Amino acid sequence: MGNMYKKIVFIKDTNAGKADLTRHYASLFAKYAKPFIEDMQLYVVRAADLGIYGKGMVVKIWPQNIYYASVKEEDIPEIIEASVKNEGVVDRLLYRPSDKQMRIVLRNCGVIDPESIDEYIAKDGYGGLERVLSGMSAEDVIEEIKKSGLRGRGGGGFPTWMKWNFARSVSSDEKYIICNADEGDPGAYMDRSVLEGDPHSVIEGMIIAGYAVGASKGFFYIRAEYPLAIERVKQAIDQAYEYGLLGENILGTGFSFDIEIRLGAGAFVCGEETALIASIEGKRGTPRPRPPYPSVKGLWDRPTVINNVETLANVPFILLKGGDWFASIGTENSKGTKVFALTGKVKNSGLIEVPMGTTLREIVFDIGGGVIGDKKIKAVQTGGPSGGVIPEHLLDTPVDYENLQRLGSIMGSGGMIVMSEDDCMVDISKFYLKFCVDESCGKCAPCRIGGYQMLNILNKITNGEGEERDLENISLIARAMQRASLCGLGQTAPNPVVSTMKFFEEEYRQHIFDKKCPSGKCKRLIHYEIVQEKCVRCGMCYINCPVEAITGSKAKGFVIHQDLCIKCGKCYEVCKFGAVILK
Amino acid sequence: MVVKATIDGIPVEVEYGTTILDAARSVQVKIPTLCKHPDLPASAACGICIVRVKGNNKMLRACCTPLEDGMEIITNDPEIVEVRRTVLELILSNHPDECLICGRNNNCELQRFAADFGIREERYSKFLRDIPADVSTGTIELHPQKCILCGRCVEVCQEVQDVWALSFLERGFNTRISPAGDIELNESPCVKCGQCSAHCPTGAIFEKDDTSKVWEALRDADKYCVVQIAPAVRVAIGEAFGYPYGTNLTKKLYALLRRLGFRAVFDTSFGADLTVMEEASEFVKRFAEGRGPLPLITTCCPSWVDFMEKFYTDMIEHFSSAKSPHEMLGVLSKTYYAEKNSIPPEKIFMVSIMPCTSKKYEITRSDEMFASGYADIDVVLTTRELARMIKQAGIDFNNLADEEPDHILGDYTGAGVIFGATGGVMEAALRTAYFFISGENLKEVEFKQVRGLDGVKECEVDVAGRGVRVAVAHGLSNVEFILNKVRRAKEKGEDLPYHFIEVMACPGGCVGGGGQPYGVTDELRIARARGLYEDDEGRIRYAHENPYIKKLYEEFLGEPLGEKSHHLLHTKYTPRPVYVR
Repeated sequence: MGNMYKKIVFIKDTNAGKADLTRHYASLFAKYAKPFIEDMQLYVVRAADLGIYGKGMVVKIWPQNIYYASVKEEDIPEIIEASVKNEGVVDRLLYRPSDKQMRIVLRNCGVIDPESIDEYIAKDGYGGLERVLSGMSAEDVIEEIKKSGLRGRGGGGFPTWMKWNFARSVSSDEKYIICNADEGDPGAYMDRSVLEGDPHSVIEGMIIAGYAVGASKGFFYIRAEYPLAIERVKQAIDQAYEYGLLGENILGTGFSFDIEIRLGAGAFVCGEETALIASIEGKRGTPRPRPPYPSVKGLWDRPTVINNVETLANVPFILLKGGDWFASIGTENSKGTKVFALTGKVKNSGLIEVPMGTTLREIVFDIGGGVIGDKKIKAVQTGGPSGGVIPEHLLDTPVDYENLQRLGSIMGSGGMIVMSEDDCMVDISKFYLKFCVDESCGKCAPCRIGGYQMLNILNKITNGEGEERDLENISLIARAMQRASLCGLGQTAPNPVVSTMKFFEEEYRQHIFDKKCPSGKCKRLIHYEIVQEKCVRCGMCYINCPVEAITGSKAKGFVIHQDLCIKCGKCYEVCKFGAVILK
Repeated sequence: MVVKATIDGIPVEVEYGTTILDAARSVQVKIPTLCKHPDLPASAACGICIVRVKGNNKMLRACCTPLEDGMEIITNDPEIVEVRRTVLELILSNHPDECLICGRNNNCELQRFAADFGIREERYSKFLRDIPADVSTGTIELHPQKCILCGRCVEVCQEVQDVWALSFLERGFNTRISPAGDIELNESPCVKCGQCSAHCPTGAIFEKDDTSKVWEALRDADKYCVVQIAPAVRVAIGEAFGYPYGTNLTKKLYALLRRLGFRAVFDTSFGADLTVMEEASEFVKRFAEGRGPLPLITTCCPSWVDFMEKFYTDMIEHFSSAKSPHEMLGVLSKTYYAEKNSIPPEKIFMVSIMPCTSKKYEITRSDEMFASGYADIDVVLTTRELARMIKQAGIDFNNLADEEPDHILGDYTGAGVIFGATGGVMEAALRTAYFFISGENLKEVEFKQVRGLDGVKECEVDVAGRGVRVAVAHGLSNVEFILNKVRRAKEKGEDLPYHFIEVMACPGGCVGGGGQPYGVTDELRIARARGLYEDDEGRIRYAHENPYIKKLYEEFLGEPLGEKSHHLLHTKYTPRPVYVR
């Protein structure tokens, strides 16, 4: 498309309810542009989604990437004149997205061509490495990282400099740096975006880590489900070799470093560092007890530093700009920025990067644009399947490692899911627990059986078979899993359940004792009825029912047979008179 | 370096690197665990051994966390007990309630914990995994439904035995033990050593129970039941009856077996004496006369034979063709003994009481196991099965009066009885080989260098001015080191590193066999071996001086390696590559 058209105008009515004016505006644009549309090689597109919601008519001009919001019919000629024919901007209509983001990790994503090392270098790429190799000692590098306050972005939040320092202080014939790119949280794609959008920053981070630790070999552990990331990393590694940034005697300094790629075969638990090591070694990917920690005895029993993609992507920038600069961003104990994959019932979903300390409310409302359909927000889930929910009344909490943990959640790798009043908390916790049960490696009993039993209890509850004892049993299993599981997966798997039980216990009780699901999510606890007084006997419910659970006639009226109903909600959706109700 | 800490307030001083579990044991604090076995590294699978450091909310696994200086360990508080209990209840929710009809009833680690923790109800719904049993080997049975996935069997199979027959398959709730590739055990590299069954805490891996065949034969008036007991059985059976470890109960066993109804009670140690004669002759032939390849490798252990036929087929020519002691005795019972006592051999029903599960496989291993014209051995029972039979029969074993074995196949020397310990075959064979070569007996009969639990033992023995280099390995993972040395020397045409090699599959040799009573540790292996060495000290020390052996050759066999010996007492080996369908 880029080759065919010089300009593209995207149009989308972001307030579209019943009356979508996108088509109308598109034809207006086409009409005003008609005199020069051929010569200009202009194309007017009705966009499906621009990632902006509730801002009236939104117009995007490509390639300048200018967004105009709340565009009225009379504004169209002005926009065409300023931005289509010319390269100008109509200031008063310009849409300015929230400014609360700050891009360090994603600094180059979408900005440079990820397949070009030259573009990376042009953006000060490998500048951090250059600074390191021109006179910094390994201790200096670790000191700089220490000053920066960088902590592991994979979930644990362990200070990066300490990991490096441990591995550095152990003497060994070989040491390894592993980049953990086995991103697996449902809905999270931070690492993938960095690897696909800016692979060199991670490679540079690894080389610097290698220098600091005294390692000469690095491994990328990338999940096989990320073929483009693998391709881009491969290409980037090749380019780095070509430019003398990898291999023997890097930049003539005598320091050598090699990187290889290993693919993960789809097990979530292989994101756990000891399981990851087992996997690289060619063994079954199950965690082993720690200590010894990988930084002392890791891959092939050698000291090994395992850092997450996002952590490593921070490293070059820290070396370039200085640890003090990095430490000036964020909160007292959590420095820098964090990338989140903002999803769920939020208007603007996508990857965001914010300084640590930004509140959840700012993230959801200022960056995310609020809840879809302007429904009431119920909670925000952070940390993926290992995390927990943070209810509405705590949304002003500044996001950092300690705060999230205090609230029973975790930073995790950066999943952030917004939940509205339509979301059932029991159902949500069931979803996350199911994920961990499926992904449990099966090695240790608390996780393997505990997760399964807990999920069974939740299923009982959402099926209307809950008993009073279930809450106690969930707590018992949760404690056993948290205390006695071998690795992080099992220890944190109950978190979504525990935290929803903590903040939304009433909802659980309603499921168990009243056999009701207030959000209408748990099918076994809801049913649909037709209110005869409201029914106009149009027959839409009857026609649309996929299982013929509605019988009757326009003369006699209609009735839903509960024994046949599959609770798909179709009748509820199609009834325009509010005669079908959810109970 | 010494670590000083406290456990439940009790000061403790241990070597750096000692786990909390072991440190606690040293001050009489028993931390429960279902997966840690003293023989094996911690797998950290069960999650029951959790403890905590004072002031810290986190719990640590005592089995795999080293004690650190200044730690204040708490092994017992309400939350720890609650968590342990929950984990146990979870494991029980995934375990069949078949205790009363399970082979491990009264002898099961899980059952014991359920009793200790006073579990009185099933708090969680029962979820059993519907995984079929694997009874393909006819020796070891796998009942994965009863498996608690402690990982001991996998660890012992892969790391101690280097066999890699067992592994974990699938994941999460569906995780199970199985040969890799989900094939049957019989098609896997399994060598039937039974170490998995000896280490299993529950009834998930079990020897095939053949006691009913024996009961049936004993009740059959038409059958003439005879029995033999292996050296290692006599020093282990007592563990099932409250005797101290290593107590030698040979004579009680003779009495017991007669009580059970056996018409003649023989001793495999006699067979061992015979094996010494044949094997030592073989060695002399190869070493002194230069006829046949060196080194000579012992073949008393059927698991080792199976392992070699699978993985070391290039070593077949080095294998002694002598059958194992119980096979030799079996064939003689249906020939020599039958003839002498005018018993129709088809009526003789020969039962071997062995410390070993693999012997169940050995009796049909090849055609040579039918050299008498019948199955030389009809049934093999393990020590564990015999213990059950004794209890079933209602015999007050502890108070039986001593009895003697039946002659011509029952009287043995010290050389034969030490076969049950690692190094014993080598020691016994050297005593006789020395005599064969030099014409005189050794002054110092004990070869201390080949005794004990070091995985590989090497030494050089002077025999009539020539140095005999020997090596002894036990635990199959120790074999590779020795045989690779041999291979390298052969490839390079260098001097052989050894002339004579003994291999036993099980750690400790037969005293640590896969069919022995549960709970084996090195401490037990040493105690059982000591029992055998003490037996040796009170007897004739040389197989060639056993009067009944001499008589056997005079009356029946002729000479070692003679034609009759060759026919009855020797066997052949064939490559049996694995993973071929």
